[in-house]
Amino acid sequence: MTSVGGAPATSFAAANDEYVLEMRGITKSFPGVRALDGMNLRVRPGSVHVLVGENGAGKSTLMKILSGIYAIDEGEIFFQAERLDHQNAAAALEHGISMIHQELSPVLDMTIAENIFLGREPTIGRKGVLASFVDFTQMNAETQKLFEALGLKYSADTKMRDLSIAAMQLVEIVKAISRAASLVIMDEPTSAISDTEVSMLFQQIADLKANGVAIIYITHKMDEIFQVADDITVMRDGQFIATGPSSSYTEAKLISQMVGRTISSIFPKEDVPIGDVVLSIENVSRTGVFEDVNLTVRAGEIVGLAGLIGAGRTEVARVIFGLDKCDAGTIRLNGTPIKIGSPTDAIRHGIAMVSEDRTAEGLVLCRPVGENISLANLKKFAAGLFISKRQEETAAKRMIKLLQIKTPSTEMIAENLSGGNQQKIVLAKWLPGDLKVLILDEPTRGIDVGSKSEIHKLMTEFARQGLAILMISSELPEVLGMSDRVMVMSEGRVAGELTRSEATQESVMRLATGGH
Amino acid sequence: MSIETATKSEKQGAKASLLSNVNFAQIYRKYGTVLIFIGICILASLLSPTFLTEANLTNVLRQVVVVSLLACGVTFIIILGHIDVSLGSVLALCGVIATSVMVMTGSVVLAVCAGTAVGVLTGLINGFVITFFRIPSFIMTLAMTTVARGAVLLYTGGSPITGLGDFKIIGQGSLGPVPISVLILVAFVILSWVLLNKTKFGRYVYAVGGNERASRASGINPDSIVVKAFILNGILCGVAGIVLMSRINSGQPAGGVGYEFDAITAVVVGGTSLMGGTGTITGTIIGAMIIGVINNILNLLNVSSYWQQIIKGLIIAIAVILDVWTKSARNKKKA
Repeated sequence: MTSVGGAPATSFAAANDEYVLEMRGITKSFPGVRALDGMNLRVRPGSVHVLVGENGAGKSTLMKILSGIYAIDEGEIFFQAERLDHQNAAAALEHGISMIHQELSPVLDMTIAENIFLGREPTIGRKGVLASFVDFTQMNAETQKLFEALGLKYSADTKMRDLSIAAMQLVEIVKAISRAASLVIMDEPTSAISDTEVSMLFQQIADLKANGVAIIYITHKMDEIFQVADDITVMRDGQFIATGPSSSYTEAKLISQMVGRTISSIFPKEDVPIGDVVLSIENVSRTGVFEDVNLTVRAGEIVGLAGLIGAGRTEVARVIFGLDKCDAGTIRLNGTPIKIGSPTDAIRHGIAMVSEDRTAEGLVLCRPVGENISLANLKKFAAGLFISKRQEETAAKRMIKLLQIKTPSTEMIAENLSGGNQQKIVLAKWLPGDLKVLILDEPTRGIDVGSKSEIHKLMTEFARQGLAILMISSELPEVLGMSDRVMVMSEGRVAGELTRSEATQESVMRLATGGH
Repeated sequence: MSIETATKSEKQGAKASLLSNVNFAQIYRKYGTVLIFIGICILASLLSPTFLTEANLTNVLRQVVVVSLLACGVTFIIILGHIDVSLGSVLALCGVIATSVMVMTGSVVLAVCAGTAVGVLTGLINGFVITFFRIPSFIMTLAMTTVARGAVLLYTGGSPITGLGDFKIIGQGSLGPVPISVLILVAFVILSWVLLNKTKFGRYVYAVGGNERASRASGINPDSIVVKAFILNGILCGVAGIVLMSRINSGQPAGGVGYEFDAITAVVVGGTSLMGGTGTITGTIIGAMIIGVINNILNLLNVSSYWQQIIKGLIIAIAVILDVWTKSARNKKKA
């Protein structure tokens, strides 16, 4: 856990010209979670600084602090040789930093030019009424000039809606560059663009560097890191791990720093008898999302589906559960091919899924706990036309006891419970059914350690009862602790399969980042 | 994460309000409509000596029947997070077709069946177009408003249908002291309440309105629930149309204008959130009674109908403001 590489010894003067940005001891807590814990980051002007870390390491929290969305709890930020206090930080950063967001948020019905100049439109005059009128001629001309300088062949008055995702990403990049900031943050800028556009982006990065602009670059792609980085900072679990020039790093060293934590607070899966193949996915594809995925899950087995965010894991699960359409391939249950067109079909076949986003797809937040528990199994409590409230209540209470859901009653509105208890409700929803396959997408995301280990215990219990479990998790300790077998996905394909004994943090991470 | 603290402060909040007992937002959310109803009744009896007479109260009930029937149906639609602004026109279409069939056949039963069938059909069309083409329900039912009104004017040539014989029994007759139309309302209120509270369908209405994606992921087909609710709503429109045309003893092609506004006001005043997911039939009925009593007292006091419109508009605005405000008060407490 020590600092590595050629981090130069700095005199801790109040201001330091050597760095355009310096963050010291940044700490940021959310209720129940310490997202950042004494994080340091120093960025030299005219350099590309790659920030690496696993999913959930705290990169995006750090970037949200830089873009003024969160205020820090502790620590110091120096920007352009000026110490920012907590009040003025947001405004100061807003003027000097521009960010290319990973998730695009263009106004689809506006033109490219209108999007690029959104919120800072040139006006016909500077004062009075004239300052209210947008100068569209100038706006389009300036946009066109930007495009020509970058060698892009789009027309400034094209509607955003008519562009491809890649083109939108490029517009986002142009927008960030056009703001003449001294620091540009790029959060996975190449996630949606093709190779030629990537080389254009790298050309832009070189030009920006030549003009003294610093770039913080976030990526998971190993080859990209070494292609673009001048300096690298590794973070893990919200903490600063190491920093150094790119030349001091190798792929192996980087991976070991990213994952090198001791495994704790995980309740490992106990050995239970493993039976026949229950679920088998053969050459399943969804165009443009993932391709040729093969995997099997046996009764009593927990198969971990690992990979970085965006690798296509959730998308595979959504197809198995019928939330998205399958374009090619076969899904078999106990050897028989089945057709799944909707979640209703999947549930009829005994396949259930706990979504990664429990508030969006797991719970009806404004309804009581009891109603949520029985939602997927109402038929069981309604023999005829009417629901038997007594049976429903008894079953809900049994689940609350079994899963130790902390709620004053079944009448409590689900919204008022903690994340961990909400997650247990989502699990409880499926248990009264006749399940064969349980898909768990990030089963313990954002919940406290206690609930986490209770859910892990329950998973072993389900496996013991013969359920085939497919678990998607971005937390390596969870994948390693709970899985009998690990499938690693990378960029829409299965990159490899590891047995329990083969799976280590390093081996999983190597496959996930497309390394060799 | 913020939710975890929510439970804590929620508990503290509950404790605090038990002790002080003055948390307006909580009391309003629980008993607001009942208290407002009682308050308005007391006010009305003070303002006009006629208010509490048996004749007037029966009159209030008779007048409230039509809007209450519409409000029961549209409660399902609003809990689903949708809206129906075509109630008034569809009501006129159903009622006029019923009277026309009455004139043609002389059979009350056939007339009632025909009127209700038109309601089913318009509900089916609304529900199908909204779910199949993913059109906002506001736009679709707005279109239905003019289509239904145009159709009824086309069918009648704009003149009322008269000579209805026994048809008037539905709206004017009584069983002992109780008007038949009130009995019809009671029957449909019970039916709506049972559907919403005791059946899978009702539970799915709440679930789809509360979170459509989670409902789909629980094996529910949200589209089928929406279509069924629009059909139910259409049936209630049909019954309301029959009751109205029977009470005025003629098929009025221009009848029911603006009734959707009274019905939606009743639902919102009754505590059903326009965001979907929550709401009750009992609340809706109390809401309809509040609107009915306000209409009645304004008439008794000879307030001009222009003022009445302004007052009703203010009531719906205040009801929505209270809904949003008491909800955000609850949320603020949690944050």
